[in-house]
Amino acid sequence: MIEFTTWDILRNLLLAARWTVVLSLVAFTGGAIVGLAILFLRISKGKAARVFASGYIELFQGTPLLMQLFLSFFGLSLLGIEVPAWLAAGIALILWTASFLAEIWRGCVEAIPKGQWEASASLGMGRLQQMRHVILPQALKIAVPPTVGFSVQVVKGTSLTSIIGFTELAKAGQVIANATFAPFTVYGFVALIYFVLCFPLSKSSQFLERKLNVAHRNH
Amino acid sequence: MGYVFDYSWLGQYSGVLIKGVWLTVWLILVGATFGVALGVACAWARALGPMWLRPIVGGYVEVIRNTPFLIQLFFIFFGLASIGFQFSETTAALTAMIINLGAYGCEIIRAGIQATAKGQFEAGWSLGMSRLQTFWHVVLIPSLQRIWPALSSQIVILMLGSAVVSQIAAEDLSYAADFIQSRNFRAFETYIVATLIYLALAILLRQLLKGVGWLLFPKRSAAR
Amino acid sequence: MSLIEITEVRKSFGDNEVLKGIDLNVEPGEVIAIIGKSGSGKSTLLRCINGLETINAGSIQVAGAQLATDELHLKALRLKVGMIFQGFNLFPHKTAGQNVMLSQMVVKKTPKPEAEAMAKKMLDRVGLGHKFDAYPDELSGGQQQRVAIARALAMQPVALLCDEVTSALDPELVQEVLAVVKELAAEGMTLLMVTHEMRFARDVCSRVVFMHMGRVHEIGPPDEVFGDPKTPELRQFLGAQH
Ligand SMILES: Nc1ncnc2c1ncn2[C@@H]1O[C@H](COP(=O)(O)OP(=O)(O)OP(=O)(O)O)[C@@H](O)[C@H]1O
Ligand SMILES: [Mg+2]
Repeated sequence: MIEFTTWDILRNLLLAARWTVVLSLVAFTGGAIVGLAILFLRISKGKAARVFASGYIELFQGTPLLMQLFLSFFGLSLLGIEVPAWLAAGIALILWTASFLAEIWRGCVEAIPKGQWEASASLGMGRLQQMRHVILPQALKIAVPPTVGFSVQVVKGTSLTSIIGFTELAKAGQVIANATFAPFTVYGFVALIYFVLCFPLSKSSQFLERKLNVAHRNH
Repeated sequence: MGYVFDYSWLGQYSGVLIKGVWLTVWLILVGATFGVALGVACAWARALGPMWLRPIVGGYVEVIRNTPFLIQLFFIFFGLASIGFQFSETTAALTAMIINLGAYGCEIIRAGIQATAKGQFEAGWSLGMSRLQTFWHVVLIPSLQRIWPALSSQIVILMLGSAVVSQIAAEDLSYAADFIQSRNFRAFETYIVATLIYLALAILLRQLLKGVGWLLFPKRSAAR
Repeated sequence: MSLIEITEVRKSFGDNEVLKGIDLNVEPGEVIAIIGKSGSGKSTLLRCINGLETINAGSIQVAGAQLATDELHLKALRLKVGMIFQGFNLFPHKTAGQNVMLSQMVVKKTPKPEAEAMAKKMLDRVGLGHKFDAYPDELSGGQQQRVAIARALAMQPVALLCDEVTSALDPELVQEVLAVVKELAAEGMTLLMVTHEMRFARDVCSRVVFMHMGRVHEIGPPDEVFGDPKTPELRQFLGAQH
């Protein structure tokens, strides 16, 4: 048996944590893009589009992320390709993130007073122009705190990709815990690293929210 | 291509699925009950409790909310076992769920408590009730009513998140799916079925929580 | 010994001294009206008597129960004095009857049937026996305030503190509440009420306290206080009332 020093454990975990960060960034960015598309469908005039979007949201929010990861992993391999875990993980996380961001942002868009839609329509703007020039800029401001808040869920969500074999922080933790027979220390460190990643995001979300509330009250 | 979907295994493994569903249901019913109770206790401590207790509970809430449930589960099942606190898979899963919901519930319920008008507390006190009695009989129910939708969502999220307890071999629905797909070599179909069952459970759970709300809050408008 | 003895009571919020040495003795059965400008400390005085505010100096005694900050003493005191608030503060998730029953059962450990009988009696007394099962938001403001009075009475206090109990009411609902208060006074209940209803104070009260800048500025029977004010401040206050 190889002896692991505390430093060895921590160093290996930190190396793996890079992949947690990368995957989180990919999931969040991709999720934001897909989420924006779902948002547009969700608030569009067409009934079919709205039904599709709410079905999408219901499906991804109403089923476990773990199942989505498995389906992505095994579903892709049905297409006959040997799927690397990172690809399956990335796709599932992006779709999952998109469903939550779309729903969060819909709330923000709906918080914009109806008069804004009517005023911009009366100026002859089309639906997309209204969104782009009038609604989104206002919705964006109130969307920032809950969006940052949700990024915490994304970071934590990446831990599930360890289950389909992607080697990030949680997976590294499992491997090292098994090798060192020191699961208490190892999982303690793993939790600590996640905490260090998530806590600043949580706090800044709360901070931004408070700032926004204060700004609103002064109106 | 030309993959043919095959669900003929369903009959053979329905017993396994039902057993898995049962544990998932049991875990969420018991976990949510105790988790909400823990959340109420923590919310009280954080909003109204003694000053020395507030930062302790705050620390607990932050730690839980900023670490993955999977790691909490591993820490409880593997980590604590290694220092002498051994739990069965099911107990560890249940404990992790209660601790997790306790933290999220704490923050949600606290918001409900803090939205309570000061006059409600004062009315309770002036009738001779102690602080704890006032909290319990006067403040708690309208506070819960205020945040019931948010708390319900959190409970559904916990149920879906509980799928990872299969990773410590607690024999829930996702464990059943793992087991079946290792036998029938029909992984995709198996997880489709499991996913749809989870979806149905989520919908049912939401309805159940609505019903609990009806029972708990006979007066619909009391939350204001 | 008086029923309520308020001696040299001082109360500050930060640097703001709101009560600057209040002395007041109330005899059993007395009905005292407290009048004065906004911010003169009327509400604060009542809240101190009920232990909702902690006093900085002086002492308050009600029927031998001393005001102190621990829960046991507070409870003993609060069992002797009931408080009625401007905003009613009924419990929204409980019916009128349950509102009246709750504290009897929780504080006095009265068995449910007795608490229920008492609740019926008290609601009858304020003319709302038929509203036993109504929730607060199904009642008018005047009815809510009468339930609040019944709720306080059910604890069988020796005195009631009323802080502008009709101020939150629409004008047409004021009289039904005042009628209940008047009846209580007639039955011999000791009342300390902050009020802007000068007519009512003149008709019903045994003494009137005029508070000014955190002090009892003038005190006496209503005829004297209203008919022959001694200080310019009181004269000005009364002049501004019409
Ligand atoms: N909780 C508090 N914190 C700080 N200051 C307070 C507090 N409560 C009351 N005060 C201050 O104490 C003073 C007296 O207030 P109080 O409510 O007793 O006046 P009041 O005579 O009842 O007036 P009103 O007729 O408007 O009800 C006011 O200047 C008020 O701002
Ligand atoms: Mg006042």
